[in-house]
Amino acid sequence: MNSPLISLDNISIRVDGRTILKNVNASVSENEIVTIVGPNGSGKSTLLRAMIGAVSPAEGTVHRAPGLRIGYVPQKLALDAALPLTVQRFLGLPKRIPARDAINALDLAGVPDLRNRQMTKLSGGQFQRVLLARALLEKPQILLLDEATQGLDQPGAAAFYQRIEQVRHDMGCAVVMVSHDLHVVMAASDRVLCLNGHICCEGSPRTVADAPEYRALFGSGTKGTMALYQHQHSHSHDHDHHHAQDKTH
Amino acid sequence: MLDDFMVRAALAGIGVAIAAAPLGCFVVWRRMAYLGEATAHASVLGVALALAFSLPLLPAIIASALAMGVAVTLLRGNGFAMDTLLGVIAHTALAAGLVTVALLGDVRLDLNAFLFGDILAVTKSDLATIWVGGAFILAVMIWRWSALLVATLNPDLAYASGIDPKREEMWLTLAMALAVAVAIKVVGVLLIAALLVIPAAGARSLVKTPESMAFFAAAIGSLAALGGLGGAYLADTPAGPSIVCAAALIFVVTALLAPLVRRD
Repeated sequence: MNSPLISLDNISIRVDGRTILKNVNASVSENEIVTIVGPNGSGKSTLLRAMIGAVSPAEGTVHRAPGLRIGYVPQKLALDAALPLTVQRFLGLPKRIPARDAINALDLAGVPDLRNRQMTKLSGGQFQRVLLARALLEKPQILLLDEATQGLDQPGAAAFYQRIEQVRHDMGCAVVMVSHDLHVVMAASDRVLCLNGHICCEGSPRTVADAPEYRALFGSGTKGTMALYQHQHSHSHDHDHHHAQDKTH
Repeated sequence: MLDDFMVRAALAGIGVAIAAAPLGCFVVWRRMAYLGEATAHASVLGVALALAFSLPLLPAIIASALAMGVAVTLLRGNGFAMDTLLGVIAHTALAAGLVTVALLGDVRLDLNAFLFGDILAVTKSDLATIWVGGAFILAVMIWRWSALLVATLNPDLAYASGIDPKREEMWLTLAMALAVAVAIKVVGVLLIAALLVIPAAGARSLVKTPESMAFFAAAIGSLAALGGLGGAYLADTPAGPSIVCAAALIFVVTALLAPLVRRD
């Protein structure tokens, strides 16, 4: 496999003296979909922010491939109503783009007709898709989504993730998603990182769903999460209590 | 032409209005109206110290305003809300400045002109300061415009685009310090924040993009400067406060016009 696009080498992150992440090793390679799951306050967003360089680790190093093009969709973006901003202008930040490019990106994100609307007048679902469109503009090699479906209803979230898979297919970019829509997200992933201040377990969705560490965090019957995995009743609470690893994605 | 004090005053007012416009937009978008006030108040302390140590005024004003801006930027997020923090240090700077001026005894400072501006007494060299300073502010704002916009939208979005939002913030702080220095003569320390905020707020109702907001803010500010000067001349009122009143009047008019102008 090619060298990873982003790799986190044994990083620890402290904010205001509190350790958010400890000794985390992770990497993302071309064209794979990686999902980060974990309870609230487990450091999911912080991990993503470390990947884009918004927080610096207290220990360890973050490697990004030289010249890496990153598309980032933040968890939420509180736009001040005092800031007038059309969708076209927003997409053209920081670099202005021709209308043609904006139309293409909006098409790709599944919201073709919003170009001349004001950002503050969009619905939650439209807004998230415009954020996605902006992230796609630079033809990213890696797309990072931080709970991008927050505030969307179930069908809206499902449609959003379908769009992401389509985009990954079309553009061939890697995708890193943070989410707690476990049942929606995990099914679409190549690899899942289960986080709780450190990486509890990682591997294919199946492996993680069966891992005792994951079950300790999320329980074994949460809201049909397991229903996605055919062998949900076949797990055998086996003796395996060290951290599950599965590198065969 | 520059020998007429009204012409000099008008040119000073327009120069400050144009320089303040893009900066004022960011002040409104980032909700930091109080930062304008804090940097302006800090300049009182700067002037007092300059007088005490016989230092040149203009660099002292810029340095003290800049120091305040940097202090506020660094102190942010330390447990106090921004308005509380600024409420403490902005007013402390103003009070300490006034106390220091009084302690100096032999006061060579027209405090009234300093607090409320003295636009009718603008000299040719004041005018040069205003236009050179204003041009510099404008150049910085145009240069950093897009990066500042992204940083204002969301710091993480900026990082992902390879923009350091903290560095952009420092540019804004620097521009703010300069704006304070050039605007003191026109509206005085106490009303500088008004000159930043009101034209930008007035422009908001009329526009759909950030750039047009800055443009209209400059137009509104210039109009307010001319209107305020005219009003002050006719009614014999203090010029600085008259300019701010004129700006407020325009703000009210544009707010009322908004439903007719803007359709998104």
